[in-house]
This record gives sequence, structure tokens and C-alpha cells, in this order.
Amino acid sequence: MVGITSVGAYIPVYRLNRDEIARIWAGRSIGGTRAVAGYDEDTVTMAVAATLDCLARRESEVNGFSLATTTAPYKEKQSAAIIASAADLSGECHTADFTDSLRALTIAVKSAIDAVKSGSARNVVVTASDCRMGAAMGTLEQVLGDGAAALMIGSEGVIAEVEGSYSVFNDFTDFWRAEDDAFIRSAEGRFIDDVGYLPTMQEAISGLMDKYDLTSKDFSKIVYYAADARQHAGLARRMKFDKDQVQEPLYDKIGNTGTAAALLMLLAALEDSKAGDRLLFVSYGDGSDAFILRVTEDISIIRDRPVIKDRLAGKVSISYGQYLNWRNLVPVEASTLPERPALSLPSRWRERRAISALYGAKCKKCGTPQISQIGQTPRVCVNCQARDEFEDYKFSDKKGILFSYAIDRLQPTLNPPGVNGVIDFDGGGRLICELTDCDLDEVGVGMPVEMTYRKMFYSRGINNYFWKAKPVSD
Amino acid sequence: MDGIKDKVAIVGMGCTKFGERWDKGVEDLIVEAAYEAFEDAGIEPKDVQAAWIGTVFSGLSAITLSPLQLQYIPVTRVENMCATGSEALRAASYAVAAGVCDIALAVGVEKLKDSGATGVKGPSVVGDNQDGSSGIGPGYSAPASFAYLATRYFHDYKIAPEEGKRLLAKIAVKNHHNGSLNPKAHFQNELTVEQVVNAPIIAWPLGLFDCCGVSDGASVAVVTRADMAKQFRDDPVYIKGLQICVGARQGAMRQDYDFVHIEENVLGSRRAYAEAGIKDPRKELSCAEVHDCFSIHEMIVYEDLGFSPRGRAGEDIEAGTFTLEGELPVNTDGGLKCFGHPLGASGLRMMYEVYKQLQGKAGPRQVKNPRLGLTHNLGGNAGTGICSCFIVGNEK
Repeated sequence: MVGITSVGAYIPVYRLNRDEIARIWAGRSIGGTRAVAGYDEDTVTMAVAATLDCLARRESEVNGFSLATTTAPYKEKQSAAIIASAADLSGECHTADFTDSLRALTIAVKSAIDAVKSGSARNVVVTASDCRMGAAMGTLEQVLGDGAAALMIGSEGVIAEVEGSYSVFNDFTDFWRAEDDAFIRSAEGRFIDDVGYLPTMQEAISGLMDKYDLTSKDFSKIVYYAADARQHAGLARRMKFDKDQVQEPLYDKIGNTGTAAALLMLLAALEDSKAGDRLLFVSYGDGSDAFILRVTEDISIIRDRPVIKDRLAGKVSISYGQYLNWRNLVPVEASTLPERPALSLPSRWRERRAISALYGAKCKKCGTPQISQIGQTPRVCVNCQARDEFEDYKFSDKKGILFSYAIDRLQPTLNPPGVNGVIDFDGGGRLICELTDCDLDEVGVGMPVEMTYRKMFYSRGINNYFWKAKPVSD
Repeated sequence: MDGIKDKVAIVGMGCTKFGERWDKGVEDLIVEAAYEAFEDAGIEPKDVQAAWIGTVFSGLSAITLSPLQLQYIPVTRVENMCATGSEALRAASYAVAAGVCDIALAVGVEKLKDSGATGVKGPSVVGDNQDGSSGIGPGYSAPASFAYLATRYFHDYKIAPEEGKRLLAKIAVKNHHNGSLNPKAHFQNELTVEQVVNAPIIAWPLGLFDCCGVSDGASVAVVTRADMAKQFRDDPVYIKGLQICVGARQGAMRQDYDFVHIEENVLGSRRAYAEAGIKDPRKELSCAEVHDCFSIHEMIVYEDLGFSPRGRAGEDIEAGTFTLEGELPVNTDGGLKCFGHPLGASGLRMMYEVYKQLQGKAGPRQVKNPRLGLTHNLGGNAGTGICSCFIVGNEK
């Protein structure tokens, strides 16, 4: 039996109210809120969070890792390798980016299923993450949202078996972004629906049902992608799906998260599923992939620890000005403070273990875990001065408490003021680092924190990622 | 181990006006301070046999000292962050004590205002490579790195934030009063507690006036053998102790560090007292110039250096212990608070004030019956520091 063996999700804490966008442009609001990646988040950082969430739910040897996205931070350089390093996956793990299509997730999932079925991999993690941009004053600016979702494909501990699938491709130009485009372009809405989306989805769904001799009544839940809530409802009408059968698309709260959108809906559906339920899962983008999923007894791992229920509601409302600044959409006054030293690639390479997965060391003589804020690997123990008697010790998965903190009005940051802290890790070790996703009123001595992979800054074409602390979310 | 006590004397000192010296370059600052020192010592530049120049940002190598046109003598540039100026004096003193020269020059200079920036440039994280970092160190400002101390001090001693801010404000008010009496200070204005407390916050709880300024300046000392000192002047100042104490990130990496004291300050000062033969610094010291880069640090220094019992600096602040008229006047010249902190110059600027105090030449700031004085710097920050603690006296 091959299927989904674990899942994970990440939705940023920040929400932008669509009424606020409409107010700025004196336009019409589609209502609700959209999730916005923080000033220090992007496709890669959100993918790391979703991937770690997925890995934390099931300990497995992971042989493959794929990222599905339309918004990779590099045009040349693999994002999956960055994410796999941050998630501390084995160096033998087969990594791949599946890009350019909103259907990238299910394309990657089909490859993963084939890999597991053929025996070339035991467990493959596929993570979808997107940070798509609609231009100011446009509909997409309101419709889109940022988020990530992950699943593991394997044959042991399956929570939803893949019983069958059916795919069609379609060279249809509805949404696109050319090499030089910062924002998504789109064709006329009625043309998209009538000629592209609706017939393509119908073809995939009907094709699947014909192939496996099923009708819509055989599914407890139907989960499918759509560009927006209106299109989503349009397909339900056309296919005459029962209203109760159709998984709500979450667009009202977080927006359309691109390659991650359908998977986030699937996770919401799985949270409410019980063993024996059959789900229809359909993606869209340059065609469509449709899957039949059968829920097993192991679904309890999701029910016991919900994936997205607690994450749908935003924790922090931001202004449209913050959104513009965070996404670098408006020129802002340059800082009058001195610049940081340039980024050194050799230094980053040397310190890659510390930087990627926040590795420090533990002294084999005295047992003291230790880590340096500039990534230097200890050679002599900070506690007992033993030389080169260390074993690797990972801090990224350790929780800690805030020993002291400093809220800094001078710190160059896209989200002033800068918040910094002295983190004492459970089990030992101390790190002075930046904090993120904080409610300033709640920052205080003794606050529980956990580590999160973030973008420190962008310099000379390089996305400089490292770990920050954030308030414990659970 | 003998120590440095009474082997070396300062016989001349010079100090520029500190401030935003837009019209003066590094060369002007060096010449201004050095020629005051030459004149004070009654020597010619050609009498100098060896020199050390301390600067962090204002020039690489000994050639930075070239404006003085010293003719082919040994010169070395030293750097030790905020203790850089003190490090130059230590090197010159050790050379004289070693008997390798009789007259040595210690120069400290920093031209911060040429950077075009409002803060101190350089690595954001202590120890990051200047030529390129791994880019992972937190990018917080210097005030933030000292805010950790204030946050923790208020927490551990259960001081309400408003009360804590008021105590810190009194330090700034004291130093500004002293600076108002000093024509060489960058800032010569008085402040009120209300002004300090209500100033814009930089890094909570530190506001604008809890932070020292950013200035240009230079200071210079001429040192010679103690037994030769009276050939130069009747009132030389004798070196009693020169200690540097450097942390190795223990506080930044070990959970047993409390962020309410600085171990480098404690150990550095204890060694300096031992070297100088001081048993009770609060009673024996006549004045002290300490590293008030941020008001919270001066408060913690009172305790680290043994002026106040642990956790009770606040009582001494309230009692006025460290004012000009108090039991142990601290930062009688206005401190970093009023002089700003041109890193290479600060240690020697402090020594300039103590030297003048011990000679009875501090004018309206003069302390009574001076015998022993102290200078103290802390480079780096809480978690990993470089402390210098020097003691000098007017009797051998």
C-alpha cells in the first residue's frame, strides 16, 4: 500500500485584511484576509517549516525530497537542497525542484509515488510553498496568500492510500509570469473558466471516475484547486457536487497559496476524516491531476495533532504599508547606519552545518552543549576547556526560554523595531540571536521560544538564511 | 611576579577637544593632542624613543602616526576594541619598564565622524570577520547589546521599569553636570532626570540620553621611567596597575552567566587592585573614569569594580556617592556620555582626566586630596568583553 504517511503545514502568522487593500485603492474588497509571509520569510523558509512539521509527525528514513513552487528564490540554484539541508536530511537524499506550474505539487507527488512503488525510495517528502505576487490594485493582490504544505509518500504507516490517479495536460494560458515579470498576468476571467479551468477539471475528474468506475457519491470529501472562491464554487455547480461534500478552500482566511493551496485544503479535509473515508483530490495548472485517496486507521496521528486548524487564524494584522515594504514594492529611505560586513561565501561554506541546521557541539568530557552566535564550531570546550572532544549537537529542534532580550530601534530591519534575545536551550546551550513573529507586549524574560529558519538579509543576489527564535506557537 | 607598580610614570599628556570635528582629520587630532603632551612633558618630538598608536577604524599600521614626523623610531599600532587607547598606554609602559627605552609615547585616536554614518561601524557581532562574515550574527546595535543587562538587572533585583529608568537617568544627569564644567567635552549641557527619562527609546529601557555620543578625538601620554620622572616635572603620575581581562564568549555561550555583572570587569579590577596594593577601592580611590558607554553599564561597573555592594548600586546613586562632591567621584570629566566614544582615544582621554585630577589641575571639577585614580574600559559587550583597568597615583 502506497500513500501519504505524514503531513505538515505552515501558514505565516501575518494577515492582511482585504478591506484594507480595497480602502487604499478605493476599490472593491472580496472580503476576508490573506496570509502574508513575514518580512524575513519566503518560499524556502516556509517550506522548511512545513517540511519540519511533516518530519516531526513520523520518524522515517527520507530518501527523496522535492519542492513544488512557482516562486523559487533563485532562477539558477536548487531550493530543495537548501530546504533539505535546513531539515537536516541525509546527503544521499534525492532532491528536486518541481517548478513553473501550479500543478507542480501533484506532479512531484506522482513522481514520489512511482519512486516508492518501484522501490527506488522508501519515503519521499514533497513540500509545496508559494509566495506569489499580484500587482498593486489588481484582483490577485487580494486573492493570493502565502503558505506551505508538505506530505510524505511511503508504504509504511499510510494514513491515506493512493487508490488511483488520472492526469491530463493542457497548454492553456490563463495565468502566467514571463522571465522578467514581477507579477502574475492573467487572461480574461470568463475565458479562463469556460475554455480552460472548468472543462479541464471536468475532463480529469470524469476521466478518473470512468477509469475506476466511481461516481461523486463514492467520495466523502472532494478537494480541488481553484483560482479563487468564485471559480471554486463554479466547478461545484458544474459537477453537481453535494455542498457538504466539497472541502472549503480556505481562501477567505489565507488566500490562494498557489502550489500549496490544494494540499492545504486536503490537510483540512484529512483532519475531519475517519478511517475508510474516500477523498477525491484534484490539482490544476497546465492540466490537472486527480487522485483517489482512502483514509486508514493511522489518520489518528493527524486527528491527535491537527495540522492547520490552529494555524488558519492570523495572529498579527499588518498594514498595507508593511506589506509593501516587506515585499520590496516601495522605495524606502536608506538607513543612515553603517552597513554590515559583506557576506563571505567561504565563511558560510565552512560554517554550513551551523548555518543550515543550527548545529553546535556537545563536549564528550563534561557534556556541555554549546553553540556560537557566529557559527564557529567549538574547538576547545567553553566549560571544561577540553580540546576537540566534541560530538555534533543540533539546536534547531530544541526549545528554550528567553533569558534576556533587547528591542532595538536602531537595528536595520524591514519590520522595526528589531527584537533580539539571549536564548537558553532546554538541555543546555545558549545563543544570542534575533527573534521574529513577536507580539512586543508579550516579549519578556522567561518567554518560551523555539527556533525558526528565516531570511536574514539579501545581498548581492544571495539569500542569507539562518535561524531565529520565535515565541512557541503550540 | 613584580607587577608594574611604581616602575613607570606619566610625565606629559594631551587631549583634543572631543566632538564632531568636521574640519579636522586624523592627522590634525594626533598633532593637536601630541604637541600638548610634548609641551606638558617639556620634551621635543625627537626625544621620543618608541611609540604605540591605538586606533580601531582610523588607520591601519603604525604609519597612521606619520603626521608627527617621528624619525625612524619603532612604532606599533595596537587595537583592542574599546580598550584600544588603554592598550597603547600599556604597551608604552611595559616597554619603559622593560628598560628598552626611557621615553615612550602612547597615542589614541579615532575619527568616527568621517564614516558618514550615525553609529559605530564595523562588525555587528563581536568577532565577526571584518572582511566578510557568515552573515548569521544578529544585527543589533550596541545599545541593544547593553539593554540585555538592564532588562536582566531590573528583573533580578525586582526594580520597576520606571524606577530603573530613573536610577539610570541620574547617572546621565551626573555625567552631564561634570561635562558642563569641561571645555574639552563634546556635550557641555546639563540634563534633568525628566529629560533623560522622557527621551526617545533606543533599546528599551535605554533611551537617547542613556547612550554615549559618537565623536572624534585623540589623547596622548608621554611615559618614562619612574626614577627619571622628576627630571621632567614635579608632579608626575605613577602607574600602579595595568590590567587587561578578556572573555572568551563564556557569557554568550554558557547559561550560568547572569547578565547582571560582567566577569571581565570583576576579574580585571581585582587584579589591578592587587597589583596596585589597593584593599578597599571605594575608600582608597580618589576618582574613577569608567566606561559609561550606556548608563546601565556604569551602574553595573559600580558593583563589578567593588565601589558598591552587589545589587545595591541604586542606593549609592540615590545617595550621590559618585557625584563630584560624593565619596568616590566617577567620570569627573563627563565620561563617554559627554565625550562620546572615539574608540581608540577614550582610554587615554580617561587617563588625561585622572592625570589632571591627581595634579590638582582639574579646575571646577577638582576632587579633594587626590591620591589614587582609576580608568576602566570595556570593549565588546556583556557575554564577551575586553576589560582594561588601570590605576595611577601621585605618590611613589
